[in-house]
Amino acid sequence: MLRELSYGLAINEATRQMMEADPSVFLLGQGVNSPWYVGNTTTGLKDRFGPERVFDTPISENAVTGAAIGAALAGMRPVVIHPRMDFALLAVEQIVNQAANWRYMFGGHIGVPVVMRAIINRGGEQAAQHSQAFQALYAHIPGLKVVMPATAYDAKGLLIAAIRDEDPVIYIDDRWLYAYSDDVPEELYEVPIGKAALRRSGSDVTVVATSYMTQEALKAAADLAGAGIEIEVIDVRTLKPLDDALIFQSVAKTGRLVVADAAWLTCGFAAEVAARVVCEVFASLKAPILRVALPDTPAPMSASLEKVYYPAAKDIITAVQKLLNR
Amino acid sequence: MQTHLSTQAESTTDIPAEMLRSMYVAMLRIRETEERLADMVAAGEIRCPVHLYIGEEAVAVGVCQALETDDYIFGNHRSHGHYLAKGGDLRAMVAEVLGKETGCSRGRGGSMHIAAPEVGLPGTSAMVGAGLPLAVGAAIACAMQGTAKVAVVFFGDGATEEGGFYESLNLAAFRKAPVIFVCENNLYSSHVHIRDRRPADNLDALAAVHGMPAPRIDGNDILAVYHTTSEAVARARQGHGPTFIECRTYRWRGHVGPNYDIDKGLRSPEELAEWQARCPIQSFETRLLHQGVLTHADVTHLRQCVTDEVAAAIAFARQSPYPDPNTLHDYVFAP
Repeated sequence: MLRELSYGLAINEATRQMMEADPSVFLLGQGVNSPWYVGNTTTGLKDRFGPERVFDTPISENAVTGAAIGAALAGMRPVVIHPRMDFALLAVEQIVNQAANWRYMFGGHIGVPVVMRAIINRGGEQAAQHSQAFQALYAHIPGLKVVMPATAYDAKGLLIAAIRDEDPVIYIDDRWLYAYSDDVPEELYEVPIGKAALRRSGSDVTVVATSYMTQEALKAAADLAGAGIEIEVIDVRTLKPLDDALIFQSVAKTGRLVVADAAWLTCGFAAEVAARVVCEVFASLKAPILRVALPDTPAPMSASLEKVYYPAAKDIITAVQKLLNR
Repeated sequence: MQTHLSTQAESTTDIPAEMLRSMYVAMLRIRETEERLADMVAAGEIRCPVHLYIGEEAVAVGVCQALETDDYIFGNHRSHGHYLAKGGDLRAMVAEVLGKETGCSRGRGGSMHIAAPEVGLPGTSAMVGAGLPLAVGAAIACAMQGTAKVAVVFFGDGATEEGGFYESLNLAAFRKAPVIFVCENNLYSSHVHIRDRRPADNLDALAAVHGMPAPRIDGNDILAVYHTTSEAVARARQGHGPTFIECRTYRWRGHVGPNYDIDKGLRSPEELAEWQARCPIQSFETRLLHQGVLTHADVTHLRQCVTDEVAAAIAFARQSPYPDPNTLHDYVFAP
């Protein structure tokens, strides 16, 4: 049964339904019971499941994440929440050295079915330490899966898939998406990890986007269509393992590529997509690949600087026009 | 700082003779394995970093004797003793150190990364202090699952200098997690003596402020370790939360490899000799002989059995194949 649901509430529903379906699922992290840390994504869960299973933790990112990993090793399926990705850096030791390596390091005998929900929460003059997007850092690490839903449907389906996955999944949601709504089934369903989505067909330029930039790309597509330009929009959904086949197919058709990822340019995810396209379908390219990304600058505070810092639909439009010499 | 060793001179009479023998054999098995591995490292047959446990055997065996098979333990880079004491397969461990496909981690982990999930060891991490939060999480899981299982983590005195130590103790105490923190204070973090790293040698006090019992015991006295751990386990199983046990002990060999680090001026021959005179195996053997639990003939026989068992494990490991290069990418994710 479909009905319209917001991205934030889709996360909430997926969590609740998984906790109802599977007693090994539990939620922990700083601010899971806070009215403002995690938006509406956990509202009502503590009342429904109690403080044991919806555990608002001490400010100990490292130990809390490690405890989630240890619980996963002992048969649970924890979802550990970092209400800001910036703070999850304090837990990178556990995520990278432990969770990511565990299955390989022990010859496949034991894995870590943990989900780390890392929230990108930026804008609003929050400055450099409350605004960062570290998807490339995690996508770099063997043993981690990285997903970034861009729609409410995917927010629910990818979270369910992540919780059911046998390996550690970094689930990155963006507060800028929480109010977006679309049709979401009431029942449990999975959006498979490792599958990109074709959001709009077009023949002129391929735009590959992550997370929030998918929504911006769709706005850009609507604008460009008015000028007779048809872009094809691919929502990556899973950064790792990357569904590059869909990207190659599209570039083979359009011959032009813009990659939009709202994180830093250098060594960023857009660079990885560009590299793969150059390595695999170079002959299809009719023009250089352009990246729409954050400049190599920390996030500023003042709104006047934020306005030029964060990429948006207009930057995608500019890139597309440039590729078409318009 | 006064050293208050609760030496717990409990008699052995409350422990069945069979169990005492088994504890003795378990320590012998660790000692013999480590001595032979040391030879193989010195001979160049083993290349991966090997951190030997010789001198600390009473801690691993005393603790694990107080546990059930399905209780969890977490280790560190120096965990051969923990693995064997918990009942991990000797042949698979030696094969792992030699990088063989028959190793407990299929030759992907080596000496620092050994696992025996079938007996409650999910794996050992080489990042100092990293095992603490893992054990706390496993303990929380045990409680959430409604079992009476406990989790134990072994770590050295160096791990108390990591931030995660404090985070883990607080989390465990606050949540009343059934976890036992076993600090093997062997006085050295790598090459640095505790007096050169801390204003005071007071690790038990660090734990006590988190509101948990923090006994400091002679880690070379296997019965003190066993009794203290048994109390901590009972407490944890009853839902009363964590315990920190500081076991004062000493590793005979250097931080890594077969050498003693005396030639490098890192510690004195007198210090080593003093601790070797307090050998946990020798003192336990003497006690068991004195009490009639073992005869001299038993000792000779048991030592020979262990020598043969370790020799057989080494032969097995040597004969085992290396991992097939075509399997390099296996096990990154679940199949």
